[in-house]
Amino acid sequence: MKIMKLRPQMSGTGTPEEAPVAKRVKSKGSPLNFRLKLGIVILAIFVLGSFILPFFCPKDPAEQASYLKNLPVTDKHWLGTNSLGQDTFWFLVFAIRNSLQLGILVALFVTVIQTLLGLSAGFIGGWYERIVMVIIDSFITIPLLPILIILGALVRGNTTFLTVGAIIVVFGWAWGARTIRSMALSLREREFVNMARFSGASTFDVLLREIFPYVSSYMVVGFINTILFAINTEATLAVIGLSKVETPTLGSIIFWALNYNALFTGQLLWLIAPIVSSVLLFLGLFLASTGFNERFATRRGVA
Amino acid sequence: MSIFQYFAKRIGLYLVVLFIGLTITFFLPRLMPTNPIDGYISQIESRAGQSLRPEAIAALRSNLEELYGLKGDIFTQYVNYLNRVILHFDFGPSFTNYPEPVSDMIFRALPWTLGLLLVSTIVSWIIGNLIGLVAGYFHNKRSATVLEVVGILLYPIPYYILALTVILVLAYFLPVFPLSPTFPAEGLTFGNAGTILFNSALPAITLVLAGFGWNILSMKSLAYTTKEEPYVTYARLKGTSNWKRMTRYVFRNAMLPQVTALALSLGTIFNGALLTEMLFSYPGVGLLMRTAASSGDYNLLYGSITMSIIAVATAGLIIDLIYPLFDPRIRNR
Amino acid sequence: MIRLNNVVASYKTERGVVNAVDGVSLEIPDGCIVGIAGESGCGKSTLMKVIYGDIGFPLALASGSVDYGFSDDSGKPVTSRNIQKEWFKRISYVPQSSMSSLNPVIRIRKQFLDFQDQTGNKAQILEQVKSYVKKLGLPEESIDSYPHQLSGGMRQRIMIAMATFFQPEIILADEPTTALDVVVQKSILLLLMDLQEQMGNTIILVSHDMGVHYQVTDKMLIMYAAKAVEYGDSEEIFQRPLHPYTRLLINSLPTIGDDRAREGIPGRPPSLWNKLQGCRFADRCPLATDRCRNEEPEFVEYRPGHFAACHYADSEANLSEVS
Repeated sequence: MKIMKLRPQMSGTGTPEEAPVAKRVKSKGSPLNFRLKLGIVILAIFVLGSFILPFFCPKDPAEQASYLKNLPVTDKHWLGTNSLGQDTFWFLVFAIRNSLQLGILVALFVTVIQTLLGLSAGFIGGWYERIVMVIIDSFITIPLLPILIILGALVRGNTTFLTVGAIIVVFGWAWGARTIRSMALSLREREFVNMARFSGASTFDVLLREIFPYVSSYMVVGFINTILFAINTEATLAVIGLSKVETPTLGSIIFWALNYNALFTGQLLWLIAPIVSSVLLFLGLFLASTGFNERFATRRGVA
Repeated sequence: MSIFQYFAKRIGLYLVVLFIGLTITFFLPRLMPTNPIDGYISQIESRAGQSLRPEAIAALRSNLEELYGLKGDIFTQYVNYLNRVILHFDFGPSFTNYPEPVSDMIFRALPWTLGLLLVSTIVSWIIGNLIGLVAGYFHNKRSATVLEVVGILLYPIPYYILALTVILVLAYFLPVFPLSPTFPAEGLTFGNAGTILFNSALPAITLVLAGFGWNILSMKSLAYTTKEEPYVTYARLKGTSNWKRMTRYVFRNAMLPQVTALALSLGTIFNGALLTEMLFSYPGVGLLMRTAASSGDYNLLYGSITMSIIAVATAGLIIDLIYPLFDPRIRNR
Repeated sequence: MIRLNNVVASYKTERGVVNAVDGVSLEIPDGCIVGIAGESGCGKSTLMKVIYGDIGFPLALASGSVDYGFSDDSGKPVTSRNIQKEWFKRISYVPQSSMSSLNPVIRIRKQFLDFQDQTGNKAQILEQVKSYVKKLGLPEESIDSYPHQLSGGMRQRIMIAMATFFQPEIILADEPTTALDVVVQKSILLLLMDLQEQMGNTIILVSHDMGVHYQVTDKMLIMYAAKAVEYGDSEEIFQRPLHPYTRLLINSLPTIGDDRAREGIPGRPPSLWNKLQGCRFADRCPLATDRCRNEEPEFVEYRPGHFAACHYADSEANLSEVS
């Protein structure tokens, strides 16, 4: 998983070291809050749309031969039907919902794991930290896709959607853990943490009261990034046919479109609709995470 | 920390990563509910008809069991496995191309992957970082914001979407490149270099675009903060030209974390290359893996995966080893 | 002679515009070392920026001008608008921290020669740099090193070598020794003084350390809350200060054999955001009267070459009461 670590964006140039004036100078045209707003709007549309619309769906969109094949766009089939006799629009809606559900579920587990490992490595230190760091670096360095391909090939046919999610959890925690550990390292040296420690607070208390408020804003960023990563990874596996392709997801819809040569048969919408939705969804997630990062995480002076 | 300690630390980490990677590959089949060996044997039997003698089948079974550590006590098998893989690159025969050794097939595909990856990663790193440099250095100019938006639009888009979009735009709507590329089987020669370059263009463009987003955004924020460093301010007050400040001062310093980041993200980049190869039928390791996975050729699959882990870890090691060339603070202490 | 004519320099911020230097007029004769003193936030660094001509967003020269008393190659008089072309040739700058002011990944040799348009034989200039560096008490090879390979004192010598190599008329030094330990501090200051004596150029030195000013400077400017409050020969200022603020600053300087506890000046400078009326030091001044609180004192020459902005500067009796 690639996590952007945007540096703290301090505004202003050449402020005096000593003038008593307000030092923060308005940075011109910085799309600071705009990013977050745009991201949230896109996400809201996707989440609300894909979670509410399925209640109005006439029939299971994954069922084949529900309609005539390859119908063009009509008011009954907003995006036409595909070569399997499924309604492309409803398939897409379910795909977005399933992908989002998977992403959120995976992100919940990953966030817990990476926070626990990252914080404990940063605060316990010593041999424990070294071992954790070697494991983290290995998980980062080892290319993930080949291993997923092995797993996919071995369990093919027996996969459930949840198994795929579990596999992504196992391989998705390393980058975030690395970031949180370095935050923990820098927090450990801060004055207020030492104060708390020397005044007799237990390690757990220090973690909960002093550290958690700082780390929590990064956790939100990491959470959103992990959703992106999980959706992306499942879709990647699905596109090459190694996920549960019968379940509608943003990847499986492309898998079927490619398998039925949508490009050659002129079924362009079958391919373009999921591409456009994926791009928008990923953009929304990314804008929300960097926007949030700039707005909250860096303001606290960490990350 | 002297330079030798630095090298020792990196090489140590390399060995540990290799060890963990190979160990994962070794133990994975044991955690799986299915036993691939029975699958092969029946596959081979059906393919060869009744012509295989029982001794041959027994030899095959023992070969397989040895490779997957399913015979004898675990420790011996594990050591044997590491020994065979690391010292001899021996992954046994392929099942789809029986009896060709898997290692031969991998070594034939590897140059394709390396060529594609090397060219596209270097191009993407250099151009992406230059764009990011300009965007960060001139951060208060409108035109620089446009460059950053390019990064924001590209960064979150996964490889498969980029690949499909590139196909749609450059092969379908504007038929500049072939929709289904063809690659000469004999590999790169003088005569067919043009054909190969032409047919490799789309996967290469995909990989370059995919690398852009991260390079642009990361370099942009690095250049932005580096520009505020006292040594850049001092250079400005010395009257050093804008160009020299941007290149010799900001870029020269901001590129260092970017080199480290490149080493760390090699795994991700490699994943993308594999996927791109699959989608473009480019004859590299990725395509090999896909064929192996879909035809159940487990020797080939394990072989190419082991080689991938070794290749990526080695590439990361090489970057780490040449890093001191760029950073004198590590070079001369 | 450098002449500052009613310089007003302001920062543009989110809250509006604030004047960090508010109407400073000054004449600095050639060939002397001038110290600028004052608490942090008094505007001394901003004044340095203005003199150096480093004016750009968010800092602006709201009014006034700086004349340097020399002309450029085309014969035009140099002012704060075109001084930038003379950077490191006729006016140079010694920064506070040598470690963070040198590019960590480039050899010092290269940083020595990468400013302005370098014409002429590079190798030849490099030879000159080498012998110059040697003259300043550094080994010749030091210019082939990277910054992290030199000690703090050596690096600061390098900074001084860079600033003086082209024998500029004016050298600005912003707290040049603050980051160094006391022994090295002294050798760096002696080096600066030696060079100044040889070259006869003008050095403007910002320091919060009154001891440094006492040892090094010929003339002194005391600033308080964006205003110049006193200016004159250093010796005279230390012996017979005209402004109560100067007196208090000098009193905060420890002397050998005197182990009374030193106290800082109670209170804080006024915020420049507030509308300021009268003398800006009035709130902290032990001698302040209603006149001080309502009427702003002029910056007037009370003795030859000795200026101050205080209503009671000429009544010496009052002043001695302060200490």
